[in-house]
Amino acid sequence: MKLRDLANFGPAAVLALAIITLWEVSVRSGAMSSLVLPAPTTIVQALMDNWEILAGHTVQTCLETVLGLAIAVVLGLLFAILIDLSAWIRRALYPLLVISQTIPIIALAPLLLFWFGFDIGPKIIVVVLYCFFPITVACVDGLLETDRDLMRLMHSMHASRWQILWLVRLPGALPSFFSGVRIAATYSVTAAIFGEYVGAYQGLGIYMENSANAHVIVLVFAAIVVTALLSLLLFSFVSLLEWLALPWSQGRSVWKEMEKATSRRKVS
Amino acid sequence: MSLDRRKLLVRKEIDKTSVNQANRDDRGDHKLVLQHVHKVFHHGRSSLSVLDDIHITVNTGAFVTLIGPSGCGKSTLFNIVAGLDTPSAGEIILDGDVNGVRAGKVGYMPQAPSLLPWRTVEENVLLGLDVLRRPRVQARKQAQTMLKQFGLNEFAQHYPATLSGGMRQRVALLRTILFNQTLLLLDEPFGALDALTRLSLQMWLLDVWQQFHASVLFITHDVREAILLSDRIYVLSARPATVLRMVEVDLPRPRQRDYLAYPASVALEQELLDLLMKEQRI
Repeated sequence: MKLRDLANFGPAAVLALAIITLWEVSVRSGAMSSLVLPAPTTIVQALMDNWEILAGHTVQTCLETVLGLAIAVVLGLLFAILIDLSAWIRRALYPLLVISQTIPIIALAPLLLFWFGFDIGPKIIVVVLYCFFPITVACVDGLLETDRDLMRLMHSMHASRWQILWLVRLPGALPSFFSGVRIAATYSVTAAIFGEYVGAYQGLGIYMENSANAHVIVLVFAAIVVTALLSLLLFSFVSLLEWLALPWSQGRSVWKEMEKATSRRKVS
Repeated sequence: MSLDRRKLLVRKEIDKTSVNQANRDDRGDHKLVLQHVHKVFHHGRSSLSVLDDIHITVNTGAFVTLIGPSGCGKSTLFNIVAGLDTPSAGEIILDGDVNGVRAGKVGYMPQAPSLLPWRTVEENVLLGLDVLRRPRVQARKQAQTMLKQFGLNEFAQHYPATLSGGMRQRVALLRTILFNQTLLLLDEPFGALDALTRLSLQMWLLDVWQQFHASVLFITHDVREAILLSDRIYVLSARPATVLRMVEVDLPRPRQRDYLAYPASVALEQELLDLLMKEQRI
């Protein structure tokens, strides 16, 4: 990463630091009760003191998230290709996929627990339900955006449908696919925690619930910090994968795209 | 206007018979022959006639150019020859095969270079060989030889995004040739380039064409480009397109840039421009 890229994170870091300082000061000064809202330093202290217990829960949540996300990626790609393959499959499948997103997970999660027990299974199902949809939608869009001249070129070469898909359309849809995966990755940790919240042997979700029930608010916050860090880590990991998989667009970063968009708005 | 129009029609008829005559007289080796090709697009109840009784002959190893006003249906004609579309009537004879499957048997180059941004120059050039399922090692070797031969080997590992417009067109052309070098369909390949790049690419194309003994069917708006490159020029009318004139260009080969300054070339340029301007007005 170049210095200029690092500088891009500067404003965010300053803002975050300012909020944390304000928070710390208001708790320490007694404006806010430390029982309701523990100070940031207290949270970090609690996090370190309880790390040995927290670590086990973190590993469990991590496992659920990564497995669920992996299955969602495979399913998302598969659905996208199926939808793209024929108008019939699209008409049959697309409404069902949209309906699957309208199911309130809050109602479904206890049922999953009832059907599949307290093990890892139902949590993975919740993660998959949350994550496959953005991947499918992004991927379908990417496949639809194939350049028409390129299609004509491939047809003039008498390329088969699968060759066109494999040589031209899928690689062309990869940037969209990764946008979908990035969105899914940010959802995935929260989804896993939600799955655990309704009932689990281990995991950050059940840890938060138990801490809240015991009125140890500081430990709830400690678990939240770990969750946020996990989400950020996963997001960066997906971005790294994207960077490795798309060497041809390495000059293009999210930041640059956003900057381009703002400068365009300024012009118009 | 009506007098003009009548004159033009008379001339059109005369020219059409002479074109037919030429088609019949050519007993040489034909790479591609189009006879009585019509194309009508239907859209609901309305229909649009785009091609009207087109006759075109491309001899093996010849460089043939189509010029015509914009929107006259040249690209439709190319789609038909490339096998992407079918004619409403008429015969397209490729290598003696009447109305056979043409997709995969011609090297078609679309107007935009249409390079794959995720492939390096070398990998872009061998795309056609991937479609033909040639082993990668062999394909790579072929692409490397080709790139070296035409002065692009130092860019072999670059991505298209880093290349200039002229470079991209060169890469697209080599890709077309590596797929099929017997008949190249080039749809205004230099239309979007600046004048100097254009000139250097024209000379480069002639070089490539001569080394491969390819037959070329070339579309352009540019009369000078047509004269500099071609053995034969077909002038098409406004839509529905029909052949107004067929001109044999007998400038010596290999062509030099200054041949365009010959009195005969200048006269031909004026004549063709006059013909096209009339079409543009109507």
